Amino acid sequence: MEETAATTARVLEASGISKTFPGVKALENVSLTLNKGEVLSLVGENGAGKSTLTKVLSGLYRTDHGVGSIKLNGELVHFQNAKEAKDHGLITIFQELSLVKGLTVAENVFLGNLPRTKFNLIDWHTLREQTRNILAEMGLDISPDELAGDLSISKQQMVEIARAFTLGAKVLIFDEPTSSLTETEKEILFKIIHTLREKGVGIIYITHKMDEVFEISDRITVLRDGKNSGDLNTSTAKLDDIISLMIGRVIDDYFHKNEAEKGKEILRVEQLSSAGLFKDINFSVRQGEVVGLYGLVGAGRTELAETIFGARPVTSGKVLIEGQDVRIKDTGDAVRLGLGFVPEDRKEKGVVLKMSCIENTSIAKLPWMSNYGFLREKEEKEIFKEYKDKLSISTPSPQQQVVKLSGGNQQKIVIAKWLCLNPRLLILDEPTRGIDVGSKAEIHKLIAKLAESGIAVIVISSEMPEIMGVSDRIMTMREGKISGEFTGDDITEQNLITAIAHVN
Amino acid sequence: MIQKLVISLKKQPIWLILLGMIVLSSVFIPGFLSFGNFSNVLVQSAVDGMLALGMTFLMINGYFDLSVGTVMGFTAALAIGLQPYGLFVAVVVALLAGAVIGAINGFFVAKAKINAFIVTLGSFIGVRGLIYIYTGEQALVGDIMEFGMFGASSFLGLPTLFVIMFVLMLIAEFVLRKTPHGRYTYSIGGNIEASENAGIPVDRTIWLNFIICGLTAAAGGVLLASRLNAATPTLGWPDKNLMTIAVVVLGGTSLAGGYGNITRTLGGLFTFGVLYNILNLLGVQSYYNTLITGIVLILVVYIDAHIRKNKVSIG
Repeated sequence: MEETAATTARVLEASGISKTFPGVKALENVSLTLNKGEVLSLVGENGAGKSTLTKVLSGLYRTDHGVGSIKLNGELVHFQNAKEAKDHGLITIFQELSLVKGLTVAENVFLGNLPRTKFNLIDWHTLREQTRNILAEMGLDISPDELAGDLSISKQQMVEIARAFTLGAKVLIFDEPTSSLTETEKEILFKIIHTLREKGVGIIYITHKMDEVFEISDRITVLRDGKNSGDLNTSTAKLDDIISLMIGRVIDDYFHKNEAEKGKEILRVEQLSSAGLFKDINFSVRQGEVVGLYGLVGAGRTELAETIFGARPVTSGKVLIEGQDVRIKDTGDAVRLGLGFVPEDRKEKGVVLKMSCIENTSIAKLPWMSNYGFLREKEEKEIFKEYKDKLSISTPSPQQQVVKLSGGNQQKIVIAKWLCLNPRLLILDEPTRGIDVGSKAEIHKLIAKLAESGIAVIVISSEMPEIMGVSDRIMTMREGKISGEFTGDDITEQNLITAIAHVN
Repeated sequence: MIQKLVISLKKQPIWLILLGMIVLSSVFIPGFLSFGNFSNVLVQSAVDGMLALGMTFLMINGYFDLSVGTVMGFTAALAIGLQPYGLFVAVVVALLAGAVIGAINGFFVAKAKINAFIVTLGSFIGVRGLIYIYTGEQALVGDIMEFGMFGASSFLGLPTLFVIMFVLMLIAEFVLRKTPHGRYTYSIGGNIEASENAGIPVDRTIWLNFIICGLTAAAGGVLLASRLNAATPTLGWPDKNLMTIAVVVLGGTSLAGGYGNITRTLGGLFTFGVLYNILNLLGVQSYYNTLITGIVLILVVYIDAHIRKNKVSIG
């Protein structure tokens, strides 16, 4: 190895990083190096460990006890929290921006170290001057006096970069920075990244979009299943190489292909649109069929599902259930029509954490569970018992608060909540997110079983092996539109990636 | 059975605190341990208990109502002032008025999605205005003697007003535990988005709980009117609204929603009642009463939070 030259330029060196969550090994012995003035793309499928690694680097997570090391400019560091990482010049721009919307651009840029006058008051003059200089240096046309909340998302992001710059960033991590930017805004961002690179800042760029990888980065690090899967020089790398490093596995045989008889059409969506989210969506799902909805985060998949389920208003278009034009005004209507929706944020939208297993299972059925206004508690218990056995939900007691169950068991309860209503259509949004491998396989099996029992199923997933393993038919979404539909032998990694990303 | 009791006492530390207070006071404070004194505590708790009852529904639902004390004052005035039209009309109109104010609050919170603090702050101020308009800033005195006698009467040896409150509390606890509405209330308070996802009628439930809260506040006003057989424009002023929330919180029902019950509220109610009684018997000046009440509230909630933090991992 060309030790001397490389190490002087090396700004960040992480090696042997491991991070275990209960039941999941999110990172296993991962290494990453970054040089001054270099842009490194960090790529991998969802669940490959990109975000976990980012959070470890930026001090939000700590690595497994005593394992691995992080060196910043050759100095060993142990960040206890995000602030320490920031103080050392390692700054992350997350997808969720963290500006204070009610303060001005200048205040945001210098938040936490506002210049003071000798009376310890805020030195507004210097504040504005310095902000103006920084913005000019970065080539940004933003006034220091504007309120951050009045700026477009892209400009807010730039203000955040400016803040990182004033903090003396040595390493800047971008987590999918273009997910909410237009093409022109993206160009501006890339220009800023070039400027930062020239100033010697090391940049880690996380993205799903392959064209961006080729456009912006010098080097590519690929993660797969929480491990390093390859390092490439962008100039010599080929798209196929990257993709095979990202996927590089056979579809495990625990995916149960659905052999169910396809029956009558349950759901038909015609020209469905929701302003700003998705447009002119057409598709249908038949009894016993599993339709996969694949796409990047922000492509409009969840929004489409929520709209069908009545949780969001329809701008135009129709939803037909068994051929009948239904106007679903709210989720109550959807439930009465036999629709069920397993949301992606299980803890936010799927379960009531403080309530028991029994109560969470019967919650959607309550309107049909009372005699003369009183709940049939015996029946409630029996329903839980039935699904506890059917779905092998493991809990110390039916009265257990679901907050104490594992993610997999919580998810089974959410599914049980719908199954006890005998639904016609079940939509599952990222059904195995945050669930350990064993339970994942169980949920996949369950999805096949649901279809076999005659339910029409829609599965939304960002995980390619999952969507390929469970679906009879896959529709891809990109920027609010259906960008492709694949069945049988057309369901290949290559086709799917091409359909969801901007690959030329 | 005893084991069950021990477990539920551990879950509701307010009853332990209350028990301790009663035991200590019985030993050290002359005149505390007598039927007359207890009866006194009970009758004084009756009105506050009615207000706290409806508030418990609302707080489990994740909301609160700052106007209950004012609604109580208004409906007490109606129950007295409308007596010339007959007692029945007076009481029914008073109760209806409470329900209507609750429905208005509920509409703006559940349907118009305006913050409950602002909405009920508005009705707290506005209804006080209604009281002044209706009473002409005069005290009203009832002319139906039976109404006043009812307020002072006993049922099975207990103050009738307390018995009414207690029976309503039993019903309320039953509704919370055994009916879909009760379950919706917990579920929405626990996680409104998950409740929405499950298709349960979220807006209607919130609305209904505001109506329940207004109605019980009105019932409190009617009970108070019968105890006094009179009403003044300042009834419930200035701190009855917040004291009601204090009673519920002291009992251990969470301001965050999704957690609590009527039994807890009853514990909080008695604790405040006994505390006042003790301070009275000790001849403490009423200014100090108020100060001590405030300190006790913070202290008990602090202890409760500590106990819970050590036991359960959710806040």
